[in-house]
Amino acid sequence: MSGYAMPHDSPAGQATAVPGDNYLTHDRGLWSWVFTLDHKRIGLMYLVGILSSFLLGGIFALLIRAELFTPGKMFLTENRYNEMFTLHGAIMTFLFIIPSIPAALGNFMLPLMLGAKDVAFPRMNLASFFLWVGGAIFFLMALAMGGLDTGWTFYTPYSTTTSGTVVAATIGAFILGFSSIFTGLNFIVTINTMRPPGMTWFKMPLFLWSLYATSIIQLLATPVLGITLVLLTAEKLFHIGIFDPKLGGDPVLYQHFFWFYSHPAVYIMILPAMGIISELVSVFSRKHIFGYRFIAYSSIAIAVFGFLVWGHHMFVSGQSRLAAITFSALTFSVSIPSAIKVFNWLATMYKGSISLAAPMCYALSFMLLFGIGGLTGLFLGTLATDVHLHDTYFVVAHFHYVMMGGTLVAFLGGLHYWWPKMFGRMYSERWSRIACLIIFVGFNLTFLPQFLLGTRGMPRRYARYLPEFQSLHQMSTIGSLVLASGLFLAAGVLLYALFKGKRAPANPWGSPSLEWTCSSPPPAHNFDSTPTAGDPYDYSVNEYSAEAEGYVAVQK
Amino acid sequence: MHESAISGAPHAGGEGHSHGSEYHLAHHFETPRQQFDAGKLGMWLFLVTEVLFFSGLFAAYAVYRSNHPEVFVDAHKYLDKVLGGFNTIVLLFSSLTMAWGVRCAQLGQKRGLTWCLTATLICASLFLGIKAVEYTHKWDMGLYWGQAFAPVAEGALHGGHGHTAWLVYLSIPAALALLGFAVRAVINRVRGRQEAALVAFCLTLTALAFFVGVGLGKAVPAVTSKLLPAESSVPEAAPQHGQAAALPPTQQLVVGDPQAMSGISLTAIFFSIYYAMTGVHAIHILAGMGVLAWLLGRAVRGEFTDKYFGPVDFVGLYWHLVDLIWIYLFPLLYLIH
Repeated sequence: MSGYAMPHDSPAGQATAVPGDNYLTHDRGLWSWVFTLDHKRIGLMYLVGILSSFLLGGIFALLIRAELFTPGKMFLTENRYNEMFTLHGAIMTFLFIIPSIPAALGNFMLPLMLGAKDVAFPRMNLASFFLWVGGAIFFLMALAMGGLDTGWTFYTPYSTTTSGTVVAATIGAFILGFSSIFTGLNFIVTINTMRPPGMTWFKMPLFLWSLYATSIIQLLATPVLGITLVLLTAEKLFHIGIFDPKLGGDPVLYQHFFWFYSHPAVYIMILPAMGIISELVSVFSRKHIFGYRFIAYSSIAIAVFGFLVWGHHMFVSGQSRLAAITFSALTFSVSIPSAIKVFNWLATMYKGSISLAAPMCYALSFMLLFGIGGLTGLFLGTLATDVHLHDTYFVVAHFHYVMMGGTLVAFLGGLHYWWPKMFGRMYSERWSRIACLIIFVGFNLTFLPQFLLGTRGMPRRYARYLPEFQSLHQMSTIGSLVLASGLFLAAGVLLYALFKGKRAPANPWGSPSLEWTCSSPPPAHNFDSTPTAGDPYDYSVNEYSAEAEGYVAVQK
Repeated sequence: MHESAISGAPHAGGEGHSHGSEYHLAHHFETPRQQFDAGKLGMWLFLVTEVLFFSGLFAAYAVYRSNHPEVFVDAHKYLDKVLGGFNTIVLLFSSLTMAWGVRCAQLGQKRGLTWCLTATLICASLFLGIKAVEYTHKWDMGLYWGQAFAPVAEGALHGGHGHTAWLVYLSIPAALALLGFAVRAVINRVRGRQEAALVAFCLTLTALAFFVGVGLGKAVPAVTSKLLPAESSVPEAAPQHGQAAALPPTQQLVVGDPQAMSGISLTAIFFSIYYAMTGVHAIHILAGMGVLAWLLGRAVRGEFTDKYFGPVDFVGLYWHLVDLIWIYLFPLLYLIH
């Protein structure tokens, strides 16, 4: 038998599937995928969907950066430019980054980490995916019909008075919201009711804690976005007057409603990423995670505090002084749990046995890039400086550091970590690390200059700018090309591995977590019987076997 | 290390064994208890999202009412408290029949469950019938939302108005349902498919209840306007705003600077919020009716036993929330004085 690691003494729960039969080969045909209830297949379909969205959103980003190479017009009119950044933001936010880790990696790994056969509500899971597709179709319609130039935030009064395709886009976002809500609901119920024997709350892998906190936010915040979009659409179609000052409405009310969701949304984006980093840092230091409870509680703290700070997006929208001070203070406090995590990761690495595998390279990148992103958020949370920095490139750089340098980098790290499990193939270590380096360099070249642009006064969402900003813009544009090539290289490495990669063992990295006890790829039903869980960070239970080319359980 | 057996019931096990099917145990659950607990938690979480969905509307209400309290006090006179109160009782009763239905399911009483679900559906339909009358009555008087708000200049607030065809339009789906289900019931009866006939018959009653609601909605104001002291069209019940009392009944409060608001009345905002809140609520009633009809079909087929009644339990939770939201809507919209 080539490649599959089958320890002599199968620990309880080890799948004894027919070699070669796995969730990919178990059922054939298009309809077996369209109507699948298997969380692994659904996760895979999500993966394809969100990566395609990332590509589309990325193309818009490259167009934006190309246009900004010179101060005057390159090839986009001002209106077209506005459409570019609107579509870039909307696609990236709603189609890519919010679903990314929970829907693609979470769906695949959550039941496996729990030793379960599926999530609590498999049909709802499939429904979530169909809703994602539906929302994507509406967004593509908005794209095709053209004219959407409100920015991804759809601020009133422009969004309610413009003739652009706001309605199609808001319906799309509404549908996507329900995809998000149902995924969150599914995860909470699964984690609450389907943990295996031995897995108390504080024996769960930290990735599951992060998914749980994320799901709480998805559940509580997204419905508010839903009703906001309903009201926005009603305002546009029926002129109900809620946001239109001419009818007695209040446009700033829209901002409150919108940001009440969209601020917690950014924690939906970052919490699962932090969960992945917890896993990677521990496994690739081969050391028990430091401060497990602190990390677990900080995830919940971020989820809770994240609901209290939405006003920091509206410091210049005419809030009262008391409101502004309160939101600023709370914004500072929400940074604390994030910092706690970073300290715990560093402490985990200290005196660990570090291996610089590709996932670890991404994890290290994350810690630096998210660190910069998070710290620059403090400048924006400070009232006096925010007045100068609001709506400048400083904000753009800040959120790209946390969302891209944070979430995307962690997503790539998780993808490289779990790729062998999902597809049963190892990829080229050398080329994947080179890709990571190119991404790191390209990312910093793109976005570091933007902090400077911001502090020097370059406004965001502007197609034209003063000549004094040109050299920084050009640096940024060149950086974006480097970044794009790094991303394409990483994609190429992974895709190449699907066809030519070495067969992966069950546990190439040595993690004691339960998803590594089944074969790579897993069989259709995951586990023959529910395994008993131990400590997911106790590395004494397995050791490297040269014969299996992976880690196997230590024979007792 | 052996896995510890988790079986609660004697037939626990991963795959769908033959015994699992009578409990409708899904393949990924270990025990029926786990499945039930998961479903219950799932439904409660969904209800939480529903509350947050409505919270935006309640927040909008709070903001506008605190900014323009006199508008709300004045505008509520357009709403008929009697019809609203009757609807409240209808929904409360439907919650009773639903809870009763859950009890029947838990005791394995198939007939009781069938009739309780039907009664709940009938109440829901009645509610929608009365709502249809309320809405179309307002549209007859030009009381639309926002920019479309254009109240009929003369004529009293209750009675004496031109009829539009709106009520007919709204009744068409119910009429189609009535005909469709009645025909199905007869056909199934004739063909000997008793269970399908029973379901169709119950749904026929449901569709009929819509028209009973419409009838009540038309009749009640006519009756109460004779029995109760005539509801004065001047908002004297409100705290005396000298200006408001002096205005003729159909003159709305206009914002101080007509230029800023192009003369649109602020009462329009009240109606925007009224239609948004009751409209979204009505959509949830409709969705609930769909799910109840699905439950009815399953119940008649005997799928629910004293061991397996989860779906009835969970739909009951949803229905209670829909009722609860109305309990909040009614005083906030109808009882402002």
